[in-house]
Amino acid sequence: MKRLIPTAIALMGTTAVTSVQANEEVNVYSYRQPFLMEPIFDAFTKESGIDVNVVFAKKGLTERLKREGKNSPADLIFTVDIGRLNEVVEAGVVQGVTTPELEKNIPAQYVGPEGQWYGLTTRARVIYASKDRVAEGAITRYEDLAKPEWKGKICTRSGKHPYNVALIASMIANNGEAETEKWLTGVKNNLAQKPQGNDRAQVKAIKEGVCDLAIGNNYYYGKMLMDEEQSDWAQAVNIVFPNQADRGTHVNISGVSLTKSAPNKDNAIKLMNFLSNGPAQKIYAEQNFEYPVKPGVGPSALVASWGSFKSDTLPLTDIAKYRTLAAKLVDRTGFDN
Amino acid sequence: MYTQTNTLSFSRFFRNPWFMSSAFIAFMVGLPIIAVFYLAFYPEENIWPHLIDTVLPGYVSSTLILMAGVGSLSLFMGVGSAWLVTMCKFPGRKMLEWALLLPFAVPAYVIAYVYTDLLEYAGIVQGSLREVFGWTTYKDYWFPEIRSMGGAITMMALVLYPYVYLMSRAAFLEQSMSLFSVSRNLGHTPLQSFLKVSLPVARPAIAVGLSLTLMETLNDFGTVDFFAVKTLTAGLYDTWLNMNNLGGAAQIASLMLIFVVTLIYMERFSRRKQKQFESKNQGQSLEQFQLRGIKAAAATFFCLLPVVAGFLIPICVLGYYAFLYFDVSWTSDFVSHAINSFTLSVIAAITTIVLGVALAYSKRLNAKGITSLLVRFSGLGYAMPGAVLAVGIIVPFAAFDNALDDFLRQHFGVSTGLLLSGTTFAIIFAYTVRFLAVSAGSVESSLAKVTPSMDMASRSLGRNTFSTLIRVHLPIIRGGILTAALVVFVDSMKELPATLILRPFNFETLATHVYQLASDELLEQSALASLIIVLVGIAPVIFLSRSISSSRAKR
Repeated sequence: MKRLIPTAIALMGTTAVTSVQANEEVNVYSYRQPFLMEPIFDAFTKESGIDVNVVFAKKGLTERLKREGKNSPADLIFTVDIGRLNEVVEAGVVQGVTTPELEKNIPAQYVGPEGQWYGLTTRARVIYASKDRVAEGAITRYEDLAKPEWKGKICTRSGKHPYNVALIASMIANNGEAETEKWLTGVKNNLAQKPQGNDRAQVKAIKEGVCDLAIGNNYYYGKMLMDEEQSDWAQAVNIVFPNQADRGTHVNISGVSLTKSAPNKDNAIKLMNFLSNGPAQKIYAEQNFEYPVKPGVGPSALVASWGSFKSDTLPLTDIAKYRTLAAKLVDRTGFDN
Repeated sequence: MYTQTNTLSFSRFFRNPWFMSSAFIAFMVGLPIIAVFYLAFYPEENIWPHLIDTVLPGYVSSTLILMAGVGSLSLFMGVGSAWLVTMCKFPGRKMLEWALLLPFAVPAYVIAYVYTDLLEYAGIVQGSLREVFGWTTYKDYWFPEIRSMGGAITMMALVLYPYVYLMSRAAFLEQSMSLFSVSRNLGHTPLQSFLKVSLPVARPAIAVGLSLTLMETLNDFGTVDFFAVKTLTAGLYDTWLNMNNLGGAAQIASLMLIFVVTLIYMERFSRRKQKQFESKNQGQSLEQFQLRGIKAAAATFFCLLPVVAGFLIPICVLGYYAFLYFDVSWTSDFVSHAINSFTLSVIAAITTIVLGVALAYSKRLNAKGITSLLVRFSGLGYAMPGAVLAVGIIVPFAAFDNALDDFLRQHFGVSTGLLLSGTTFAIIFAYTVRFLAVSAGSVESSLAKVTPSMDMASRSLGRNTFSTLIRVHLPIIRGGILTAALVVFVDSMKELPATLILRPFNFETLATHVYQLASDELLEQSALASLIIVLVGIAPVIFLSRSISSSRAKR
């Protein structure tokens, strides 16, 4: 239990405290895994003396927030994937907020309508290609994945995973529904095995020779290189940022929203500001190998070594719009079967 | 006159405390189910045309195949081993009697991780084979794919057969020896006697065990997701999370419920004409066959196999990783996670037993009509996927909290905030709703064997129903009650989806802790916590297993 030291409050320049009172706190519902968030929350508590309480789950938090209504204890909800961010807005459980700091730190394309969500990090959906079996430059676009020359050579996780759904939604937004359905069928025909496992497992499959190409998020590359057991997997592949010659690589975001009911609104906004500032953005970059949204905060040295890339400038809200359709296309093409 | 008779029977009902209590329990437990039905009326869009055109046939067929596979494999392992350890003597029987329960403490998602780690291409088994035979790529040889329907069936059966084993063993133990002796005296072989006498008599209990296994199978998500097997439950979560359609998901859940109800009803209908009673066979102990030679070895092997595959191998793998990654995975929080898990599970076990006895007993007293419907209804929670059930609990709880808060604010100017939502009470409530079917079913099948003449004798001596229950029935059905308590305890230890969604801030159980690591496929780091779940689950398994054994005809 972190105990608040009254002197720390004094140092923080807050109003004089006459007696030791209950800790200042902020309550968080998080779809993001705790071990990604803990270092950042700890840094925040250290700096501000505000305790962060968390409930982590993979699903159901939006429903919980909705039903708890105006009495919900949650102040902030952390989500991964634009679809989810959009979902909390549509559920009507968050409120818009803006502060000079947020405005300064987070570029407009990563801010939801009226500040109902703020993107904190971006990640690119890249193609991993076998170093041994795929020549450099042999694959440069997402569209190439449907070409018959890759028959039996592609691995991916389930088409229904939010990361893939978002990618497919971006294809719909760029190329239209019919074209995307054709593309998806083409990719399905090229699969080496039924979609299974997570992004890392696809890279492992390349290492094992099951396939030559895989789709995955960029930060897993860094995480695998850092992991004793998994670094061999990562060593076996090159990272390819698709569509550099045209629209750019598909990126998705993780973000945060202020809830409508927020009982500790001030503290919640403090945490939001903190997350958008250099030090927290640095932690995201260094520990998770994601791309910070704050201009001027660079990615980690490792991530930077993969080179800079051009990202698709399509508004993220468009991707959110086509999410349900994307999920249906996965069903229609029998992608996961 | 018609109305009068109606009111008469109603007033008789309402004077009956047993009926009232079972109605109340059924209502409370039914709330989340009603909430899910309610949600099903408000889908974001009509999802069915799309589902029927595309993936639904696949979902349904893989669900059926999975259930048939897990069901038959569990029956084979569970009933076979239960009969062997109850009726025969062979080397290792005493130990196997309780060891056969051990796989039960291993969560299905954990065993799936372990075997994938062992059997996938990069795992130690195939790696060694490649070493030995000089194969280099996966194209050089054939090896069964663990991430498949067959893999899912095997994994689930390995951790679910103990349901069948438990229930059928309790039934074999309670069976009167005289029945079997008569059959033997009439010249039947032991096997014939087993098939013609023991099995039919144990059928209600086996059916309970099997239906629990099948319901677990139906609402499992962790394992099928990991193995990429697309069942109805997978489709349900997909509709909810990827198509933003909670109402549509609730519709699928309701459909699954109907499916389950049909299943249970069919089983009951098939034995509607059977009734069997036993009196306590004081002083008559089971006589067991001494098996020798090849038969004894075969019996030992048959009972040992599920224990080795379902428990020893996973434990060794987990133990190895736990040891290797101990420094990374040991945190001081472990003790508090373990205490959380243990406390919640104990409370849930006690609650479900008390409620289960109340339900089963009131059903015994009013065997007709409405009471037995109520009892059926309150068992439905078990067939709901955990995450959906959790949403079904949030709906009434939050509504109650907010209504109370509004009322008090209006009239007294005080705010109570959320009293029930996001508390451990909500979690215990979830466990109770989910596992009431287990305790009610188990208690009911034990009670069914107590002859009504016992009740009559007791009542004619001036005892009321309550005291008859306490002094007469409970001692007789102790084994069934302990069995139920054990199952609920271990199940609660393992429960994941509902716990994740309902828990308070900064609250972890061992299962949620394992999940957070394992969901990132960090099997190595999650091994220690998995091991602790299993170990905490083992102690009561062994303890209760002994009590059940000693509950067989006392000397």
